[in-house]
Amino acid sequence: MSKQQAILDWVDARFPLTSTWKAHVSEYYAPKNFNFWYFFGSLAMMVLVIQILTGIFLTMNYKPDGNLNSAGVPAAFASVEYIMRDVAGGWLIRYMHSTGASMFFVVVYLHMFRGLIYGSYKKPRELIWVFGVLIFLCLMAEAFMGYLLPWGQMSFWGAQVIVNLFGSIPVIGPDLSVWIRGDYVVSDATLNRFFALHVIAVPLVLVGLVVAHLVALHEVGSNNPDGVEIKKLKGEDGHPLDGIPFHPYYTVKDVLGVTVFLIVFSAILFFMPEMGGYFLEHPNFDQADPMKTPLHIAPVWYFTPFYAILRAIPSFLGTQVWGVLGMGGAVVVLAFLPWLDKSPVKSIRYRSTKFKVMLTLFMIAFIGLGILGAMPSTDARTIIAQLFSLIYFGFFLGMPFFTKNDVGSEPVPTRVTDTNGKRQLMFVILWVVAIGGATAFAKLV
Amino acid sequence: MKNRFRHLIAALALLVPVAGFANTAPALEKAPIDIRDVESLQRGAHTFTNYCLSCHSASFMRFNRLQDLSLTEAQIKENLMFTTDKIGDTMNAAMSSKDAAQWFGAAPPDLTIIARSRGADYLYAYMRGFYRDETRPTGWNNTVFDKAGMPHILWEWQGEQRMQVVKDKNGHEEHKLVLTKPGTMTKIVDGKADTADYDRRAADLVNYMVYMAEPVQTKRHQIGAMVILFLSLVLLPLAYFLKKEYWKDVH
Repeated sequence: MSKQQAILDWVDARFPLTSTWKAHVSEYYAPKNFNFWYFFGSLAMMVLVIQILTGIFLTMNYKPDGNLNSAGVPAAFASVEYIMRDVAGGWLIRYMHSTGASMFFVVVYLHMFRGLIYGSYKKPRELIWVFGVLIFLCLMAEAFMGYLLPWGQMSFWGAQVIVNLFGSIPVIGPDLSVWIRGDYVVSDATLNRFFALHVIAVPLVLVGLVVAHLVALHEVGSNNPDGVEIKKLKGEDGHPLDGIPFHPYYTVKDVLGVTVFLIVFSAILFFMPEMGGYFLEHPNFDQADPMKTPLHIAPVWYFTPFYAILRAIPSFLGTQVWGVLGMGGAVVVLAFLPWLDKSPVKSIRYRSTKFKVMLTLFMIAFIGLGILGAMPSTDARTIIAQLFSLIYFGFFLGMPFFTKNDVGSEPVPTRVTDTNGKRQLMFVILWVVAIGGATAFAKLV
Repeated sequence: MKNRFRHLIAALALLVPVAGFANTAPALEKAPIDIRDVESLQRGAHTFTNYCLSCHSASFMRFNRLQDLSLTEAQIKENLMFTTDKIGDTMNAAMSSKDAAQWFGAAPPDLTIIARSRGADYLYAYMRGFYRDETRPTGWNNTVFDKAGMPHILWEWQGEQRMQVVKDKNGHEEHKLVLTKPGTMTKIVDGKADTADYDRRAADLVNYMVYMAEPVQTKRHQIGAMVILFLSLVLLPLAYFLKKEYWKDVH
């Protein structure tokens, strides 16, 4: 027995090293027909690691202090510029973190869309999806609190607007918003607690949920673009006929995905870190000033669909709480997707035209809300946003009805199939229609 | 394959009019700046430290950082430093912000990263947009920032502009800035004020302010080019062929 094997045996007798490696990596059988959409899970993991590592180094020089320094600048705002100028490599670390925040949402939205089109939330994967929704909620909290830290004008007023939303809750609202801020307005106390939550509390929960997400996934096995359960057909060796070990097949494939992603990531980071004011908003380069309310307070792009829903819902019965409930409900409703979808098939490939039309409308509505949420509202835009909000909720609440006999022309095969050009073209057209339609609707008013 | 491509082009073509309508913001003239033009940046730094720094601070910018602009410490000390004698100090205004608030109504804002919040085009329009307005306490107003508290600091160079109503050949009235009185330093060519000379001075200043807002940006572009070249010419082919090699027995 070699020395290496002896050490491994010693460890294995005390810790499930080899068996864990086998169960989750080298003998975790994944369907062999994963396509483009299946890159975004591993990419989300990588971005999480980027955010944690760069976050650690940012924490070493950032000061969560809203008080003015001798030059009349809040210490927090000044410390960000200190990182950008005087810390060795500080600008790179900061841009990795700010670009990473937006790219996290890009990959997570695409990852969620993948789940939506291939029915990855359907039985037996309901819990994977529910954990995923919780991850998304955590991510939103993490992004919201992290955005306060640079202590710019948008940091300050964005936080002010969102925390004030809690004030609209009947009876407990006003006290609740004071409790969240620790003050009557967003202040140094708010900055300190958001910092604590951003660097410790939420990331801990986030990592825990990611582990739960993966454990649940590896318990039932991955879905695939055909929505076929590969475990139903096993070969003589006991492994699924349509499955291949995650390592080395998907590890090398994900390395390729990571490389392409890093090219895009670097192009943004090095050549357009502000991304035209969408990743780093221009007004946020002005220091927070509680005496000067900006004319137009816009959230960062990844919150705009939900912000548009908030603004679209009018106040009635003397309270504004309905918009807040609508915004919250827009996220919470995602968790019920596994039970709202009554379709006998998982993948969009074998679903009815009815479903495909509804999905296209949903995409137009979601992207359209995102565009509207970034613009100042006008009467016409509010009406369009209301229409899109109706489609958004209609998609979920109507799902039990339009998925009842949701079977397409092709039957679900027993084995997985190859990607084909016609389907790829359909997807390209779907995205062009969705983005084009949403832009046309949102921008022409 | 060819057919599919044709569909895609047709679909994208449909999007063009949509994209065309999307741009509705009022257009400012594009500032003619080039962040790689070191001489322009040096001239801008000169204007900035000699004029702007009297009232405004650039409290995140250190004087020795100007070595980025091919200047030596001695050159910086001699030509650009007036408020301190320590080369590692940040650029602080000669005037205290308390006094300034009293004299001008509001403390002049810190200018280190103003180019990142307002944009170069706005600053260029602002520096060229001062005109005489006797109703204002300073005697000056500005086309892009109405009732600005700041007087025209560079008036010696630009001269005095006034807002005049000009009729074009179709009889439409238009408010237009007209140079009514050249400044003491205005460049005169053939008896006429050379307005392009002041525009260049304003552009140099804006160029410097864009540099100062993020001094690392030129280096960032250089490093970025290397990173992307490595990723796409080395790592991408390696990853691609590794994947292909492993996957050749998957059918």
